[in-house]
Amino acid sequence: MKPFTYERATSVEAAAKAAASVQGARFIAGGTNLLDLMKLQIETPTHLIDVNRLGLDRIEKTEEGGLRIGALVRNTDLAADRTVRRDYGVLSRALVAGASGQLRNKATTAGNLLQRTRCPYFYDIRMPCNKRKPGSGCGALKGMSRSLAILGVSDACIAQHPSDMAVAMRLLDAQVDTVAADGAKRAIPIADFHLLPGDTPHQETVLKGGEIITSVTLPKPIAGTHVYRKVRDRASYAFALVSVAAIFGKDGSARFAFGGIGAKPWRNSQADAAAPQGAKAVADAALAGARTTEHNDFKKPLVERTLASLYRQQEARA
Amino acid sequence: MTSDHVTRRGLFQGGAALAATVPLMAPAHAAPSAPASKGTPMTAVELTVNGREVHLQLDPRTTLLDALREHLKLTGTKKGCDHGQCGACTVIVEGRRINSCLTLAVMHDGDAVTTIEGLGRPEALHPMQKAFVVHDGYQCGYCTPGQICSAVSVLEEIKAGIPSHVTEDLDKVAFSEDEVRERMSGNICRCAAYSNIVAAISDVAGEAKA
Repeated sequence: MKPFTYERATSVEAAAKAAASVQGARFIAGGTNLLDLMKLQIETPTHLIDVNRLGLDRIEKTEEGGLRIGALVRNTDLAADRTVRRDYGVLSRALVAGASGQLRNKATTAGNLLQRTRCPYFYDIRMPCNKRKPGSGCGALKGMSRSLAILGVSDACIAQHPSDMAVAMRLLDAQVDTVAADGAKRAIPIADFHLLPGDTPHQETVLKGGEIITSVTLPKPIAGTHVYRKVRDRASYAFALVSVAAIFGKDGSARFAFGGIGAKPWRNSQADAAAPQGAKAVADAALAGARTTEHNDFKKPLVERTLASLYRQQEARA
Repeated sequence: MTSDHVTRRGLFQGGAALAATVPLMAPAHAAPSAPASKGTPMTAVELTVNGREVHLQLDPRTTLLDALREHLKLTGTKKGCDHGQCGACTVIVEGRRINSCLTLAVMHDGDAVTTIEGLGRPEALHPMQKAFVVHDGYQCGYCTPGQICSAVSVLEEIKAGIPSHVTEDLDKVAFSEDEVRERMSGNICRCAAYSNIVAAISDVAGEAKA
Protein backbone atom coordinates (compact mmCIF):
# COMPACT_ATOMS: atom_id res chain seq x y z
CA MET A 1 0.00 0.00 0.00
CA LYS A 2 1.07 3.57 -0.63
CA PRO A 3 1.56 5.58 2.57
CA PHE A 4 -1.43 7.51 3.83
CA THR A 5 -2.41 9.46 6.89
CA TYR A 6 -5.33 8.35 9.03
CA GLU A 7 -7.97 10.08 11.09
CA ARG A 8 -11.00 8.90 13.01
CA ALA A 9 -13.99 11.11 12.26
CA THR A 10 -16.09 12.24 15.21
CA SER A 11 -19.07 13.68 13.33
CA VAL A 12 -20.64 13.40 9.89
CA GLU A 13 -20.08 17.09 9.28
CA ALA A 14 -16.41 16.90 10.26
CA ALA A 15 -15.91 13.83 8.07
CA ALA A 16 -17.47 15.54 5.04
CA LYS A 17 -15.42 18.68 5.60
CA ALA A 18 -12.18 16.75 5.97
CA ALA A 19 -12.88 14.76 2.82
CA ALA A 20 -13.56 17.90 0.80
CA SER A 21 -10.49 19.74 2.08
CA VAL A 22 -7.79 17.05 1.75
CA GLN A 23 -6.78 16.16 -1.81
CA GLY A 24 -6.92 12.38 -2.29
CA ALA A 25 -8.90 11.67 0.89
CA ARG A 26 -11.27 8.72 1.09
CA PHE A 27 -13.76 7.51 3.67
CA ILE A 28 -13.20 4.03 5.04
CA ALA A 29 -15.97 1.97 6.65
CA GLY A 30 -15.88 -1.82 6.30
CA GLY A 31 -12.81 -1.48 4.10
CA THR A 32 -13.21 -4.90 2.50
CA ASN A 33 -13.21 -3.47 -1.01
CA LEU A 34 -11.09 -0.35 -0.51
CA LEU A 35 -8.19 -2.10 1.26
CA ASP A 36 -8.18 -4.86 -1.34
CA LEU A 37 -7.84 -2.19 -4.04
CA MET A 38 -5.22 -0.27 -2.05
CA LYS A 39 -3.04 -3.38 -1.78
CA LEU A 40 -3.16 -3.62 -5.57
CA GLN A 41 -2.53 0.14 -5.86
CA ILE A 42 -5.70 0.56 -7.86
CA GLU A 43 -6.82 2.92 -5.10
CA THR A 44 -4.09 5.17 -3.70
CA PRO A 45 -5.68 7.53 -1.18
CA THR A 46 -3.35 9.93 0.60
CA HIS A 47 -5.63 10.22 3.62
CA LEU A 48 -8.19 7.86 5.15
CA ILE A 49 -11.12 9.13 7.17
CA ASP A 50 -12.43 6.31 9.35
CA VAL A 51 -16.19 6.77 9.64
CA ASN A 52 -16.83 3.63 11.67
CA ARG A 53 -17.49 5.49 14.94
CA LEU A 54 -20.15 7.86 13.60
CA GLY A 55 -23.13 5.86 14.83
CA LEU A 56 -25.20 5.58 11.62
CA ASP A 57 -25.72 1.92 12.48
CA ARG A 58 -29.45 1.93 13.30
CA ILE A 59 -32.40 0.60 11.37
CA GLU A 60 -35.56 2.53 12.10
CA LYS A 61 -39.09 2.91 10.76
CA THR A 62 -39.91 6.13 8.91
CA GLU A 63 -43.08 8.18 9.33
CA GLU A 64 -44.08 7.13 5.82
CA GLY A 65 -44.11 3.46 6.83
CA GLY A 66 -40.75 2.72 5.29
CA LEU A 67 -37.35 1.88 6.75
CA ARG A 68 -34.27 4.03 7.26
CA ILE A 69 -31.07 2.00 7.18
CA GLY A 70 -27.97 3.65 8.64
CA ALA A 71 -25.01 3.83 6.25
CA LEU A 72 -22.88 1.76 8.62
CA VAL A 73 -25.34 -1.09 9.19
CA ARG A 74 -23.34 -4.21 8.41
CA ASN A 75 -24.63 -6.51 5.67
CA THR A 76 -25.11 -9.34 8.21
CA ASP A 77 -27.24 -7.15 10.48
CA LEU A 78 -29.35 -5.82 7.63
CA ALA A 79 -30.03 -9.34 6.31
CA ALA A 80 -30.95 -10.54 9.81
CA ASP A 81 -33.11 -7.57 10.81
CA ARG A 82 -36.63 -8.80 11.66
CA THR A 83 -38.44 -6.10 9.69
CA VAL A 84 -36.22 -6.62 6.65
CA ARG A 85 -36.76 -10.38 6.77
CA ARG A 86 -40.52 -9.98 7.07
CA ASP A 87 -41.28 -6.98 4.83
CA TYR A 88 -38.31 -6.68 2.47
CA GLY A 89 -37.40 -10.35 1.99
CA VAL A 90 -35.78 -9.71 -1.39
CA LEU A 91 -33.20 -7.49 0.33
CA SER A 92 -32.39 -10.08 2.94
CA ARG A 93 -32.06 -12.73 0.20
CA ALA A 94 -29.83 -10.54 -1.97
CA LEU A 95 -27.53 -9.75 0.96
CA VAL A 96 -26.95 -13.37 1.95
CA ALA A 97 -26.33 -14.26 -1.70
CA GLY A 98 -23.32 -11.92 -1.68
CA ALA A 99 -19.73 -12.39 -0.47
CA SER A 100 -18.86 -14.62 2.52
CA GLY A 101 -19.94 -14.62 6.16
CA GLN A 102 -16.72 -12.88 7.20
CA LEU A 103 -17.11 -10.14 4.58
CA ARG A 104 -20.79 -9.57 5.37
CA ASN A 105 -19.85 -9.01 9.02
CA LYS A 106 -17.66 -6.10 7.94
CA ALA A 107 -19.24 -4.69 4.77
CA THR A 108 -21.61 -1.76 5.24
CA THR A 109 -24.78 -0.63 3.50
CA ALA A 110 -23.19 2.49 1.98
CA GLY A 111 -19.94 0.72 1.15
CA ASN A 112 -21.80 -2.02 -0.67
CA LEU A 113 -23.47 0.59 -2.91
CA LEU A 114 -20.06 2.12 -3.64
CA GLN A 115 -18.11 -1.06 -4.31
CA ARG A 116 -16.07 -1.05 -7.50
CA THR A 117 -16.40 -3.40 -10.46
CA ARG A 118 -14.67 -6.79 -10.57
CA CYS A 119 -13.76 -6.40 -14.25
CA PRO A 120 -10.41 -8.25 -14.65
CA TYR A 121 -8.94 -5.31 -16.60
CA PHE A 122 -9.83 -2.86 -13.85
CA TYR A 123 -8.10 -5.20 -11.38
CA ASP A 124 -4.85 -5.58 -13.34
CA ILE A 125 -2.78 -2.39 -13.30
CA ARG A 126 -0.74 -3.58 -16.30
CA MET A 127 -3.85 -3.52 -18.47
CA PRO A 128 -5.61 -0.57 -20.10
CA CYS A 129 -8.77 0.51 -18.29
CA ASN A 130 -10.67 3.75 -18.79
CA LYS A 131 -12.27 3.41 -15.39
CA ARG A 132 -8.97 3.05 -13.50
CA LYS A 133 -6.91 5.28 -15.78
CA PRO A 134 -9.09 7.56 -17.93
CA GLY A 135 -8.02 7.59 -21.57
CA SER A 136 -5.96 4.39 -21.38
CA GLY A 137 -8.51 2.38 -23.35
CA CYS A 138 -10.64 -0.65 -22.53
CA GLY A 139 -8.95 -4.04 -22.51
CA ALA A 140 -12.21 -5.86 -22.04
CA LEU A 141 -13.95 -4.84 -25.28
CA LYS A 142 -11.87 -7.31 -27.28
CA GLY A 143 -10.62 -9.31 -24.30
CA MET A 144 -12.01 -11.57 -21.60
CA SER A 145 -15.50 -10.28 -21.09
CA ARG A 146 -17.41 -13.35 -19.93
CA SER A 147 -18.45 -11.81 -16.60
CA LEU A 148 -19.04 -8.28 -17.87
CA ALA A 149 -22.06 -6.11 -18.55
CA ILE A 150 -24.37 -6.18 -21.56
CA LEU A 151 -26.68 -3.29 -20.61
CA GLY A 152 -25.79 0.37 -20.17
CA VAL A 153 -22.29 -0.21 -21.57
CA SER A 154 -20.30 2.14 -23.82
CA ASP A 155 -17.32 2.06 -26.17
CA ALA A 156 -15.22 3.17 -23.21
CA CYS A 157 -16.30 0.58 -20.64
CA ILE A 158 -18.29 -2.66 -20.29
CA ALA A 159 -17.66 -3.20 -16.56
CA GLN A 160 -20.47 -4.78 -14.55
CA HIS A 161 -21.78 -3.50 -11.24
CA PRO A 162 -20.98 -6.31 -8.82
CA SER A 163 -23.46 -5.73 -5.97
CA ASP A 164 -26.33 -8.05 -5.06
CA MET A 165 -27.67 -5.75 -2.34
CA ALA A 166 -27.94 -2.79 -4.73
CA VAL A 167 -30.11 -4.84 -7.12
CA ALA A 168 -32.64 -5.42 -4.35
CA MET A 169 -32.41 -1.75 -3.33
CA ARG A 170 -33.13 -0.81 -6.95
CA LEU A 171 -36.14 -3.11 -7.03
CA LEU A 172 -37.44 -1.53 -3.82
CA ASP A 173 -36.97 2.07 -5.09
CA ALA A 174 -34.61 2.97 -2.25
CA GLN A 175 -33.27 6.47 -1.83
CA VAL A 176 -29.72 7.37 -0.82
CA ASP A 177 -29.48 10.08 1.86
CA THR A 178 -26.33 12.21 1.91
CA VAL A 179 -24.69 15.17 3.61
CA ALA A 180 -22.31 17.41 1.65
CA ALA A 181 -19.24 19.24 2.94
CA ASP A 182 -21.28 22.45 3.26
CA GLY A 183 -23.86 20.63 5.37
CA ALA A 184 -26.46 20.41 2.59
CA LYS A 185 -28.56 17.27 2.67
CA ARG A 186 -30.07 15.50 -0.30
CA ALA A 187 -32.06 12.37 -1.03
CA ILE A 188 -31.04 10.65 -4.26
CA PRO A 189 -33.33 8.02 -5.83
CA ILE A 190 -31.21 4.90 -6.32
CA ALA A 191 -32.16 4.89 -10.01
CA ASP A 192 -30.16 8.13 -10.36
CA PHE A 193 -27.38 7.31 -7.91
CA HIS A 194 -25.14 5.19 -10.16
CA LEU A 195 -23.96 6.68 -13.45
CA LEU A 196 -23.66 4.85 -16.74
CA PRO A 197 -20.08 4.80 -18.08
CA GLY A 198 -20.51 6.81 -21.28
CA ASP A 199 -17.22 8.59 -21.97
CA THR A 200 -16.44 8.95 -18.25
CA PRO A 201 -16.46 5.47 -16.70
CA HIS A 202 -14.32 6.69 -13.79
CA GLN A 203 -17.32 8.69 -12.57
CA GLU A 204 -19.48 6.01 -11.00
CA THR A 205 -21.99 7.88 -8.86
CA VAL A 206 -23.49 11.36 -8.54
CA LEU A 207 -21.72 11.90 -5.19
CA LYS A 208 -19.67 15.09 -5.04
CA GLY A 209 -16.32 15.52 -3.29
CA GLY A 210 -16.76 15.15 0.46
CA GLU A 211 -20.42 14.12 0.19
CA ILE A 212 -21.10 11.28 2.61
CA ILE A 213 -23.93 8.74 2.63
CA THR A 214 -25.72 8.77 5.97
CA SER A 215 -28.53 6.30 5.30
CA VAL A 216 -30.52 4.44 2.69
CA THR A 217 -34.28 4.77 2.98
CA LEU A 218 -36.78 2.22 1.75
CA PRO A 219 -40.38 3.20 0.95
CA LYS A 220 -43.33 1.22 2.32
CA PRO A 221 -43.02 -2.54 1.82
CA ILE A 222 -44.26 -3.96 -1.49
CA ALA A 223 -46.65 -6.88 -1.05
CA GLY A 224 -46.04 -10.13 -2.87
CA THR A 225 -43.55 -12.95 -2.98
CA HIS A 226 -40.01 -11.64 -2.68
CA VAL A 227 -37.31 -13.65 -4.45
CA TYR A 228 -33.67 -13.24 -5.41
CA ARG A 229 -32.14 -15.75 -7.82
CA LYS A 230 -28.42 -15.61 -8.43
CA VAL A 231 -26.68 -17.63 -11.13
CA ARG A 232 -22.92 -17.95 -10.75
CA ASP A 233 -19.97 -20.22 -11.43
CA ARG A 234 -19.91 -21.62 -7.88
CA ALA A 235 -22.80 -22.40 -5.55
CA SER A 236 -21.52 -19.88 -3.01
CA TYR A 237 -19.13 -16.97 -2.66
CA ALA A 238 -18.94 -15.84 -6.29
CA PHE A 239 -20.17 -12.81 -8.19
CA ALA A 240 -23.32 -13.09 -10.27
CA LEU A 241 -23.27 -13.94 -13.94
CA VAL A 242 -26.96 -13.09 -13.89
CA SER A 243 -29.19 -12.31 -10.94
CA VAL A 244 -32.87 -11.45 -10.78
CA ALA A 245 -34.62 -9.71 -7.91
CA ALA A 246 -38.37 -9.94 -8.17
CA ILE A 247 -41.62 -9.40 -6.34
CA PHE A 248 -44.54 -11.44 -7.69
CA GLY A 249 -48.02 -10.14 -6.94
CA LYS A 250 -51.08 -12.39 -6.57
CA ASP A 251 -52.73 -10.90 -9.67
CA GLY A 252 -50.00 -11.92 -12.14
CA SER A 253 -48.17 -8.62 -11.89
CA ALA A 254 -44.51 -8.51 -10.95
CA ARG A 255 -41.54 -6.21 -10.79
CA PHE A 256 -37.95 -7.08 -11.63
CA ALA A 257 -34.41 -5.82 -11.21
CA PHE A 258 -31.29 -7.45 -12.60
CA GLY A 259 -27.69 -7.92 -11.50
CA GLY A 260 -24.59 -9.19 -13.29
CA ILE A 261 -25.71 -7.81 -16.63
CA GLY A 262 -25.73 -4.04 -16.13
CA ALA A 263 -23.21 -1.26 -15.82
CA LYS A 264 -25.40 -0.40 -12.84
CA PRO A 265 -28.17 -2.25 -10.99
CA TRP A 266 -30.65 -2.70 -13.83
CA ARG A 267 -34.38 -2.14 -13.99
CA ASN A 268 -36.87 -0.93 -16.57
CA SER A 269 -40.61 -0.47 -16.44
CA GLN A 270 -41.21 -2.32 -19.75
CA ALA A 271 -40.03 -5.54 -18.13
CA ASP A 272 -42.54 -5.09 -15.30
CA ALA A 273 -45.31 -4.37 -17.80
CA ALA A 274 -44.53 -7.63 -19.61
CA ALA A 275 -44.87 -9.67 -16.40
CA PRO A 276 -48.29 -11.24 -17.20
CA GLN A 277 -46.90 -12.57 -20.50
CA GLY A 278 -44.19 -14.64 -18.88
CA ALA A 279 -40.45 -15.10 -18.84
CA LYS A 280 -39.68 -14.59 -22.53
CA ALA A 281 -41.60 -11.32 -22.76
CA VAL A 282 -39.96 -10.02 -19.58
CA ALA A 283 -36.49 -11.02 -20.80
CA ASP A 284 -37.05 -9.39 -24.19
CA ALA A 285 -38.18 -6.16 -22.54
CA ALA A 286 -35.40 -6.14 -19.97
CA LEU A 287 -32.72 -6.85 -22.56
CA ALA A 288 -33.77 -4.12 -25.01
CA GLY A 289 -30.61 -2.40 -26.21
CA ALA A 290 -28.33 -5.15 -24.90
CA ARG A 291 -24.87 -5.16 -26.41
CA THR A 292 -22.98 -8.40 -26.03
CA THR A 293 -19.53 -9.70 -26.86
CA GLU A 294 -18.55 -13.12 -28.14
CA HIS A 295 -17.83 -14.13 -24.53
CA ASN A 296 -20.89 -12.82 -22.74
CA ASP A 297 -23.74 -13.27 -25.23
CA PHE A 298 -24.73 -16.35 -23.20
CA LYS A 299 -26.14 -13.91 -20.64
CA LYS A 300 -29.18 -13.11 -22.82
CA PRO A 301 -30.59 -16.65 -22.84
CA LEU A 302 -29.46 -17.04 -19.23
CA VAL A 303 -31.64 -14.08 -18.21
CA GLU A 304 -34.65 -15.69 -19.88
CA ARG A 305 -33.95 -19.09 -18.30
CA THR A 306 -33.45 -17.58 -14.86
CA LEU A 307 -36.80 -15.81 -15.23
CA ALA A 308 -38.44 -19.02 -16.48
CA SER A 309 -37.17 -20.82 -13.42
CA LEU A 310 -38.62 -18.15 -11.15
CA TYR A 311 -41.98 -18.31 -12.95
CA ARG A 312 -42.07 -22.09 -12.54
CA GLN A 313 -41.29 -21.76 -8.86
CA GLN A 314 -44.08 -19.19 -8.57
CA GLU A 315 -46.57 -21.53 -10.27
CA ALA A 316 -45.58 -24.35 -7.95
CA ARG A 317 -46.24 -22.10 -4.94
CA ALA A 318 -49.66 -21.00 -6.20
CA MET B 1 18.59 -32.04 9.83
CA THR B 2 21.97 -30.49 10.58
CA SER B 3 20.77 -27.90 13.03
CA ASP B 4 19.12 -28.37 16.37
CA HIS B 5 17.09 -25.28 15.73
CA VAL B 6 15.46 -26.02 12.42
CA THR B 7 11.83 -25.03 12.54
CA ARG B 8 9.19 -24.94 9.87
CA ARG B 9 9.16 -21.17 10.25
CA GLY B 10 12.92 -20.96 9.69
CA LEU B 11 12.67 -23.14 6.60
CA PHE B 12 9.92 -20.97 5.17
CA GLN B 13 11.91 -17.82 5.83
CA GLY B 14 14.97 -19.35 4.16
CA GLY B 15 12.82 -20.30 1.22
CA ALA B 16 11.51 -16.79 0.87
CA ALA B 17 15.03 -15.33 1.00
CA LEU B 18 16.15 -17.71 -1.74
CA ALA B 19 13.20 -16.87 -3.91
CA ALA B 20 13.97 -13.19 -3.57
CA THR B 21 17.31 -13.65 -5.39
CA VAL B 22 15.57 -14.98 -8.47
CA PRO B 23 14.69 -12.28 -11.01
CA LEU B 24 10.98 -11.75 -10.58
CA MET B 25 8.46 -11.42 -13.35
CA ALA B 26 5.81 -10.63 -10.82
CA PRO B 27 3.78 -7.48 -11.40
CA ALA B 28 4.43 -4.51 -9.17
CA HIS B 29 1.24 -5.10 -7.24
CA ALA B 30 2.45 -8.52 -6.07
CA ALA B 31 5.36 -6.95 -4.18
CA PRO B 32 5.22 -7.25 -0.41
CA SER B 33 4.11 -4.21 1.57
CA ALA B 34 6.86 -1.62 1.73
CA PRO B 35 8.43 -0.95 5.11
CA ALA B 36 7.23 2.15 6.89
CA SER B 37 8.66 5.07 4.97
CA LYS B 38 10.36 7.88 6.81
CA GLY B 39 7.84 10.42 7.88
CA THR B 40 4.82 8.10 8.00
CA PRO B 41 3.45 8.98 11.40
CA MET B 42 2.89 6.02 13.70
CA THR B 43 -0.51 5.60 15.28
CA ALA B 44 -1.14 4.27 18.78
CA VAL B 45 -3.44 1.25 18.85
CA GLU B 46 -4.77 -0.52 21.90
CA LEU B 47 -6.25 -3.99 21.51
CA THR B 48 -7.37 -6.75 23.83
CA VAL B 49 -6.03 -9.88 22.22
CA ASN B 50 -7.08 -13.19 23.75
CA GLY B 51 -7.87 -11.37 26.98
CA ARG B 52 -4.55 -9.54 27.17
CA GLU B 53 -4.32 -5.77 26.69
CA VAL B 54 -1.66 -4.73 24.19
CA HIS B 55 -0.39 -1.32 23.16
CA LEU B 56 1.12 -0.90 19.72
CA GLN B 57 2.62 1.91 17.66
CA LEU B 58 1.77 1.10 14.07
CA ASP B 59 2.16 2.43 10.55
CA PRO B 60 -1.52 3.02 9.66
CA ARG B 61 -1.07 0.63 6.72
CA THR B 62 -0.67 -2.31 9.10
CA THR B 63 -3.53 -4.76 8.68
CA LEU B 64 -4.95 -6.45 11.75
CA LEU B 65 -3.43 -9.66 10.39
CA ASP B 66 0.08 -8.19 10.23
CA ALA B 67 -0.33 -6.63 13.68
CA LEU B 68 -1.16 -10.06 15.09
CA ARG B 69 1.53 -11.98 13.25
CA GLU B 70 4.43 -9.55 12.91
CA HIS B 71 4.00 -7.33 15.98
CA LEU B 72 2.40 -9.65 18.52
CA LYS B 73 4.02 -12.83 17.14
CA LEU B 74 0.68 -14.62 17.20
CA THR B 75 1.43 -16.65 14.10
CA GLY B 76 -1.48 -19.07 14.50
CA THR B 77 -3.54 -16.78 12.26
CA LYS B 78 -2.36 -17.39 8.70
CA LYS B 79 -1.80 -15.18 5.68
CA GLY B 80 -3.10 -16.95 2.60
CA CYS B 81 -4.28 -14.74 -0.25
CA ASP B 82 -4.17 -11.45 1.72
CA HIS B 83 -7.26 -10.35 -0.26
CA GLY B 84 -10.19 -11.79 1.69
CA GLN B 85 -10.71 -14.68 -0.67
CA CYS B 86 -9.34 -17.66 1.27
CA GLY B 87 -10.36 -17.12 4.91
CA ALA B 88 -7.03 -18.34 6.40
CA CYS B 89 -6.77 -15.04 8.32
CA THR B 90 -10.20 -15.33 9.99
CA VAL B 91 -10.27 -14.08 13.57
CA ILE B 92 -13.10 -13.10 15.90
CA VAL B 93 -13.35 -9.37 16.64
CA GLU B 94 -15.95 -8.12 19.12
CA GLY B 95 -17.66 -11.49 18.82
CA ARG B 96 -17.75 -11.61 15.01
CA ARG B 97 -15.60 -13.45 12.51
CA ILE B 98 -13.85 -11.23 9.99
CA ASN B 99 -10.98 -11.42 7.50
CA SER B 100 -8.10 -9.83 9.45
CA CYS B 101 -6.24 -9.18 6.18
CA LEU B 102 -8.91 -6.74 4.93
CA THR B 103 -9.02 -4.43 7.91
CA LEU B 104 -6.52 -2.00 9.38
CA ALA B 105 -5.37 -2.47 12.96
CA VAL B 106 -5.96 1.25 13.63
CA MET B 107 -9.64 0.76 12.80
CA HIS B 108 -9.89 -1.63 15.77
CA ASP B 109 -8.53 0.57 18.53
CA GLY B 110 -10.20 -0.61 21.74
CA ASP B 111 -11.57 -3.83 20.24
CA ALA B 112 -11.36 -7.34 21.64
CA VAL B 113 -9.77 -9.88 19.29
CA THR B 114 -9.81 -13.66 19.65
CA THR B 115 -7.36 -15.69 17.60
CA ILE B 116 -6.86 -19.45 17.44
CA GLU B 117 -4.39 -19.09 20.33
CA GLY B 118 -7.17 -17.62 22.47
CA LEU B 119 -9.82 -20.25 21.72
CA GLY B 120 -8.00 -23.08 23.46
CA ARG B 121 -4.60 -24.29 24.58
CA PRO B 122 -2.82 -27.52 23.68
CA GLU B 123 -3.69 -28.96 27.09
CA ALA B 124 -7.24 -27.57 27.07
CA LEU B 125 -8.55 -27.55 23.53
CA HIS B 126 -11.70 -25.70 22.53
CA PRO B 127 -14.45 -28.22 21.60
CA MET B 128 -14.11 -27.16 17.95
CA GLN B 129 -10.34 -27.75 18.00
CA LYS B 130 -10.92 -31.15 19.58
CA ALA B 131 -13.53 -32.04 16.96
CA PHE B 132 -11.19 -31.08 14.10
CA VAL B 133 -8.60 -33.48 15.57
CA VAL B 134 -11.13 -36.28 16.11
CA HIS B 135 -12.62 -35.95 12.62
CA ASP B 136 -9.32 -35.27 10.85
CA GLY B 137 -10.63 -31.92 9.59
CA TYR B 138 -7.37 -30.95 7.88
CA GLN B 139 -4.38 -32.23 6.01
CA CYS B 140 -1.62 -29.61 5.78
CA GLY B 141 -3.26 -27.50 8.48
CA TYR B 142 -2.57 -24.09 6.97
CA CYS B 143 -6.23 -23.11 6.66
CA THR B 144 -7.20 -24.75 9.97
CA PRO B 145 -6.95 -21.79 12.38
CA GLY B 146 -9.19 -19.78 10.06
CA GLN B 147 -11.56 -22.72 9.59
CA ILE B 148 -11.89 -23.18 13.35
CA CYS B 149 -12.43 -19.49 14.15
CA SER B 150 -15.00 -19.35 11.36
CA ALA B 151 -16.71 -22.55 12.52
CA VAL B 152 -17.07 -21.32 16.10
CA SER B 153 -18.74 -18.15 14.79
CA VAL B 154 -20.94 -20.05 12.33
CA LEU B 155 -22.58 -21.96 15.17
CA GLU B 156 -23.17 -18.71 17.03
CA GLU B 157 -24.62 -17.06 13.92
CA ILE B 158 -27.07 -19.93 13.47
CA LYS B 159 -28.02 -19.72 17.15
CA ALA B 160 -28.57 -15.96 16.75
CA GLY B 161 -31.01 -16.61 13.88
CA ILE B 162 -28.91 -14.95 11.18
CA PRO B 163 -30.15 -16.36 7.85
CA SER B 164 -27.95 -17.67 5.04
CA HIS B 165 -28.32 -18.19 1.29
CA VAL B 166 -29.64 -21.74 1.85
CA THR B 167 -32.11 -20.83 4.60
CA GLU B 168 -35.50 -21.75 3.15
CA ASP B 169 -37.69 -19.76 5.55
CA LEU B 170 -35.92 -16.57 6.64
CA ASP B 171 -37.59 -16.82 10.03
CA LYS B 172 -36.59 -20.42 10.71
CA VAL B 173 -32.83 -20.59 10.95
CA ALA B 174 -31.66 -24.02 12.09
CA PHE B 175 -28.51 -26.09 11.93
CA SER B 176 -28.02 -28.40 8.94
CA GLU B 177 -25.01 -29.63 7.00
CA ASP B 178 -26.13 -27.50 4.04
CA GLU B 179 -26.09 -24.46 6.31
CA VAL B 180 -22.54 -25.33 7.38
CA ARG B 181 -21.34 -25.75 3.78
CA GLU B 182 -22.86 -22.44 2.72
CA ARG B 183 -21.68 -20.48 5.75
CA MET B 184 -18.14 -21.88 5.56
CA SER B 185 -17.72 -20.95 1.87
CA GLY B 186 -15.38 -18.10 2.78
CA ASN B 187 -12.80 -20.60 4.07
CA ILE B 188 -10.94 -22.45 1.35
CA CYS B 189 -9.13 -25.73 2.05
CA ARG B 190 -6.85 -26.63 -0.84
CA CYS B 191 -6.31 -30.10 0.64
CA ALA B 192 -10.10 -30.43 0.38
CA ALA B 193 -10.75 -31.73 3.89
CA TYR B 194 -14.24 -30.32 3.53
CA SER B 195 -16.25 -33.42 4.36
CA ASN B 196 -14.31 -33.92 7.61
CA ILE B 197 -14.62 -30.22 8.45
CA VAL B 198 -18.41 -30.49 8.08
CA ALA B 199 -18.35 -33.62 10.29
CA ALA B 200 -16.33 -31.80 12.97
CA ILE B 201 -18.65 -28.80 13.03
CA SER B 202 -21.76 -31.02 13.06
CA ASP B 203 -20.29 -32.93 15.99
CA VAL B 204 -19.84 -29.75 18.02
CA ALA B 205 -23.33 -28.56 17.08
CA GLY B 206 -24.71 -31.87 18.34
CA GLU B 207 -22.87 -31.54 21.62
CA ALA B 208 -24.10 -28.00 21.98
CA LYS B 209 -27.71 -29.15 21.52
CA ALA B 210 -27.48 -31.95 24.10
